Amino acid sequence: MIPVLLILIPLISGLLTFFIKNEKAVRGWVLFSSVITLCVSILGLTVLKNDSYLQFRMNWMSTMNASFSLRLDGMGQILCLLTSVSFPLVFISTWESEYKKPANFFGLMLLMQVGLMGVFLSMDALLFYFFWELALIPAYFLCSQWGGEKRIAVTFKFFIYTFTGSILMLVAIIYIYMQTPTHSFDITAFYNTPLANRSESWLFWLMFIAFAIKMPIWPLHTWQPDTYEQAPTAVTMILSGVMVKMGVLGIIRWLMPVLHLSFYQWGDTVSTLAITGMIYASLIAIRQDDLKRLVAYSSIAHMGLMCATLFSETQSGMQGVMIQMFNHGINIIGLWIVIELIERQFGTRKISELGGLAQRSPAMAILLVIVALANIGLPLTNGFIGEFLMFNGIFASAVTKYYIVFTVLAGITIILAAVYTLNMIRKVFYGEANTLTAPGYSIRFNEKMALGIIVAFILVIGIYPNIFLNITQETSEFILKKADVTSLFSK
Amino acid sequence: MMFSSFLLTNKSAIRNLAILGLVIVLASNVLEMSGVVFFRIDTKDMIRFDRFSLLFNTIVFTSTLVYFLLSARDIEKVGINYGEYFALIFFVLCGITLTSSFRSLLVLFLGIEIISIPLYILTGSDKRNLKSNEASLKYFLLGAFSTGLMLMGIALVYGSTGTFSTTAVTQPDSALFISGMLLLMFSMAFKVSAAPFHFWTPDVYDGAPTVFTSFMATIVKVAGFIAFIRLFGDEFGTAQPVWQLLIALITAITLFIGNITAVFQQSVKRMLAYSSISQAGFMMLAIYAMNTEAKEGLLLYSAAYCLATIGIFAVLIKLKDYSFEGFNGFAKKQPLLALVTTIFLLSLAGIPLTAGFLAKFYMLKAALATGKYLWLVIFAVLMAVVSVYYYFRVIQAMYFKEGAGQNIEVSQPFKWTLVLLAAVIILLGIFPDLIIYWLYF
Repeated sequence: MIPVLLILIPLISGLLTFFIKNEKAVRGWVLFSSVITLCVSILGLTVLKNDSYLQFRMNWMSTMNASFSLRLDGMGQILCLLTSVSFPLVFISTWESEYKKPANFFGLMLLMQVGLMGVFLSMDALLFYFFWELALIPAYFLCSQWGGEKRIAVTFKFFIYTFTGSILMLVAIIYIYMQTPTHSFDITAFYNTPLANRSESWLFWLMFIAFAIKMPIWPLHTWQPDTYEQAPTAVTMILSGVMVKMGVLGIIRWLMPVLHLSFYQWGDTVSTLAITGMIYASLIAIRQDDLKRLVAYSSIAHMGLMCATLFSETQSGMQGVMIQMFNHGINIIGLWIVIELIERQFGTRKISELGGLAQRSPAMAILLVIVALANIGLPLTNGFIGEFLMFNGIFASAVTKYYIVFTVLAGITIILAAVYTLNMIRKVFYGEANTLTAPGYSIRFNEKMALGIIVAFILVIGIYPNIFLNITQETSEFILKKADVTSLFSK
Repeated sequence: MMFSSFLLTNKSAIRNLAILGLVIVLASNVLEMSGVVFFRIDTKDMIRFDRFSLLFNTIVFTSTLVYFLLSARDIEKVGINYGEYFALIFFVLCGITLTSSFRSLLVLFLGIEIISIPLYILTGSDKRNLKSNEASLKYFLLGAFSTGLMLMGIALVYGSTGTFSTTAVTQPDSALFISGMLLLMFSMAFKVSAAPFHFWTPDVYDGAPTVFTSFMATIVKVAGFIAFIRLFGDEFGTAQPVWQLLIALITAITLFIGNITAVFQQSVKRMLAYSSISQAGFMMLAIYAMNTEAKEGLLLYSAAYCLATIGIFAVLIKLKDYSFEGFNGFAKKQPLLALVTTIFLLSLAGIPLTAGFLAKFYMLKAALATGKYLWLVIFAVLMAVVSVYYYFRVIQAMYFKEGAGQNIEVSQPFKWTLVLLAAVIILLGIFPDLIIYWLYF
């Protein structure tokens, strides 16, 4: 029941939103809806943990053996929690932002939530593809309608990029579907289908390109900084906080266990790409003057680390990725909130034009510094837990010969991350206030609340990560067992 | 079993009579499908209405009905011979029923000719417009040429097999037979505007009055495909290894030319003409694969493609300016029309939750099921991405570009028909079984 509710609540309330005329009512309504979704998601985590609540299956398109099959596993729990936490946070923190036609804006936001939830929940390949695209369409309209000056061209690039990836993935899905003995799209059928070695390789690339574009992995990342910059901030939060996790989930759930041979075979290649991308993105981030672009590039670096870790195939790394997916989502939303209010107050995002904000608005400075430190991965913050587990995973990897090289190179990006993040804090918050920043800014209640929630998450996970790690323990073990190639070594 | 008796009565045409006639034809067709047969004519097994052809006829008649409901009023504006236009369209429908159910090459030829000749007239029906005349002449000359090819092909095949029947045993390895087959392939490729026999398409579609373009680009085109798949499934099924690579190449070229050229068009009408070539490329995948999935998929594709394209044309006819800029600000003026047009475009682009996605899905599935020529499938999906580019240009113009928006007058029933059409497209996109089911039960 829980998974169906997670999809139905945003779907129905989202469609209703289009018909609400009053702006205040729209905001209240979507906040209400997203909080209900959050409650359901928490219920699924705590009280109704029984399998009968977490599973749902209905016949659909019986001529081709596709079914409407949803299930909340450990990873799904984490990601659905992230989705349902993010939306209220976004709605609260952008409470004051003005939109033309707010009903359409918020309606599309909720429809995007439907797509995201569906991707995280579906256990049927065709259904997965449906939701994958469904999440994209509202994003396209949101960015093109409410974004910045260059929005149309930039969003179009984003759309074409992701559409290319997903349609290639569709070819792979159909191909695997033809190979399954029962001609079924069901995930267990996918897991248990042996594929010919030769076809596995190109299937791997067809699917990986789709996920790599979404994450994004260098060199397929070029849509990302532009889109994050041009999209309205509320949408950027969702895109960077939640939507990129679709790619990670895709790799974990649909790539690693299904094509485990080529996953191992191409592991080094992909890790090299990911780590090149991390260093590249970090170096560019150092030179960025625009706050939004800086965060965008830092996000590329973080996603690259997750990707490299996945290909090391270790339990510790896997757990690290799971928890880091949540952390990254929360942290980056926190950063966007601060950027959004700086931009609204001072009319610029240029680091060179800002300075001395800490004197006038200490509350904002404190909250931002905590989020930023979590972004670098300082101990006692959530980022530390995730990154520690991931580095540990890469270093302990049994499937690659180059684990030391990968670990060291990835480690360098942490230092680079500290460089650009601390540099940003120094220039924006400390130093002399100039004429632009002199009036200062007293943070509003809703923003304080949203940032407060985020900081609470950061500290709780940083100090006691086990509450999250326990949820995903089983999924990680299961996926790794499916993807196991060590039996090949002994031959 | 032959519907011509109904059709001839429509010479006195007024719109309602045409619609009524069509409803009767549709109803009798559906009844026949569920087992009620009115009268039997012994056709010496030259024509046989099996499930596949009946289901296809249903799709065609339904599409034509939708077309009449949406655009019948606009036919009025073309010229003075209002009644004749309907009669000609009914002639075309008669030809389509023949091409969807032929068992003999002669009937195929008859059907194709009954389709083509009225179309030559319809193309040139805007007598005072030079472009329309030019289009008609061009269409006629090239059409006659391809008919010649077809006749020659039939003659060669007859020479090698000694029969016109398509289901007779054949000798695939004789040179006579193969060359006849090739000639038939080329003439069919001409009829469905597959590259490199597509050159007439953009000019004819652009020159013809838009109402008739809508009819030609949809219903007539899918009828060509049904004839194509029947011909190559029945008559040349055993020779598949011979023609498969050639068809694959034609498919690839069609997809490439259709999509790449469509990107550079400035007029939406011309873009739709090229997009119809690229959609033809996708339907060619069914011919290439020639298996059960392909047949199911072709039916679904016909329905999805016809309904969406008729919808877009119905909106386009109402506009005065056919360029992309003409759509600027359309969403502000006509939010409902913009929404349904968006759904039609998404369906053509093959976005999930629309019928167009499942149609493409079936095509890819069929092509992958053959297990050969993987490059063709990858190429096809990459071309599908290109098609997103030009379909979304219209969406961008409607929603995101500032513009005055054209003043157009539309009636309430027109709007509601379009909304219904969009609903059907989405419904088929979620439950394709609604169509496929009829094929088996």
